[in-house]
Amino acid sequence: MHSIMEYNGAAIVAMKGKNCIAIGADKRLGQRQLTVDTNFKKVFPITERTYIGLSGLATDVKTLHDQFRMRVNLYKHREERVIEPKTFANLVSHVLYERRFGSYLVNPVIAGLDKNDIPFICGMDSIGCIDLADNFIVCGTAEENLYGACEGLWEPDLEPEELFETISQALLNSVDRDAMSGWGAVVHIITPAGVITRDLKSRMD
Amino acid sequence: MDRYSFSLTTFAPNGKLLQIEHALAAVGNGSTSVGIKAANGVVIATEKKAGSSLIDVSSLEHMVMVCESIGMVYSGMGPDFRVLVNSARKAAQKYRRIYMEDPPVRILVKELASIMQEFTQSGGVRPFGVSLLIAGVDDRGPNLYQVDPSGSYFPWKATAIGKNMVNSKTFLEKRFDNDIDLEDAVYTAILTLKEGFEGQMTEQSIDVGVITTIPTTQADGKQKPPRFQRLSPAEIKDYLSNVA
Repeated sequence: MHSIMEYNGAAIVAMKGKNCIAIGADKRLGQRQLTVDTNFKKVFPITERTYIGLSGLATDVKTLHDQFRMRVNLYKHREERVIEPKTFANLVSHVLYERRFGSYLVNPVIAGLDKNDIPFICGMDSIGCIDLADNFIVCGTAEENLYGACEGLWEPDLEPEELFETISQALLNSVDRDAMSGWGAVVHIITPAGVITRDLKSRMD
Repeated sequence: MDRYSFSLTTFAPNGKLLQIEHALAAVGNGSTSVGIKAANGVVIATEKKAGSSLIDVSSLEHMVMVCESIGMVYSGMGPDFRVLVNSARKAAQKYRRIYMEDPPVRILVKELASIMQEFTQSGGVRPFGVSLLIAGVDDRGPNLYQVDPSGSYFPWKATAIGKNMVNSKTFLEKRFDNDIDLEDAVYTAILTLKEGFEGQMTEQSIDVGVITTIPTTQADGKQKPPRFQRLSPAEIKDYLSNVA
């Protein structure tokens, strides 16, 4: 059966570590079984320390990213301060619920460090119900694979390097079992010192 | 319909908006209000003059909470104040609806000032006959702002508006310093009101509102953000007895 949420394909995962956050996604953009792009961005920086990943219909992914960028810029100029991850999550929830009856076809994942360097991650459904987690958040066509992989591999208080290994393995092995996601992956590790972005070497199919 | 499609507030040749000047005169006829920003909080206070002894003073609402972390007081026309209180409360809840947190004071002030400015440039309406003192605590610490009928707003360390503002401000200039403690600020605010008070000042004839920068710790150990509070008559009486 055709599901519009599975038209383009995606795999997104975020994990909490010890004073750090990891967020990763695959890079495939498809149109059903046809692969159209192998470098499609699904994870975007909102501030230096807050990232959002969006799975679902690619046109909504792009449009919402632009929307959030606009709203966060306006916030920054009006409030003369940088938006916190939790506040941003509430903003995303509001924007999505505004379209309750005619919704954006996305599932966001938000990950960031707040002003006290405390990690924050959350997921959301397409109409803005926030899912706060202490461990990891997953979404996309490879969602169920990711749940299993994360549940098996994640443990609390992983250091940035260990968190990178954990999230990469979870992501890679999950997309390999999902036809609609894959073709490369990117992982961002956010620490108080800065963000390290790495491209993963994966099966290109 | 056409008679009110243009603004009633129009420029005089000297560049002034006379309606706003008149509005400020209405403010100048109102009861004095003072505000002081301390190192660890803000206090605002106002005279609560009842026209007759038969008035139930306890039900007069001069000092209001806009949201948990912001309070407001005025000088000028009471009914205009009530309208602005509703606008302010609604604006604060609208912000909360989106961000799930109270607006920073400067954001609420901008919103209110924008509303007041609208009434100097819209068809068929007059400016508000009040100046507001808005006190609150946010990510930047304690804040005290004045908003005028024109929509101009000013951040203050200490200020007074209304009938006795000139003398009160001189009084405050002498007594204010940047490290003043909230307790001392409350005393100073009450003293400032006392200076211009006609007759005997009692706990029923002034309203004092306070907000500290220190979050309160609940029974379960969680921290609640600072809350704006009106002092009860009993508390005001305590302060007054130490001031007499």
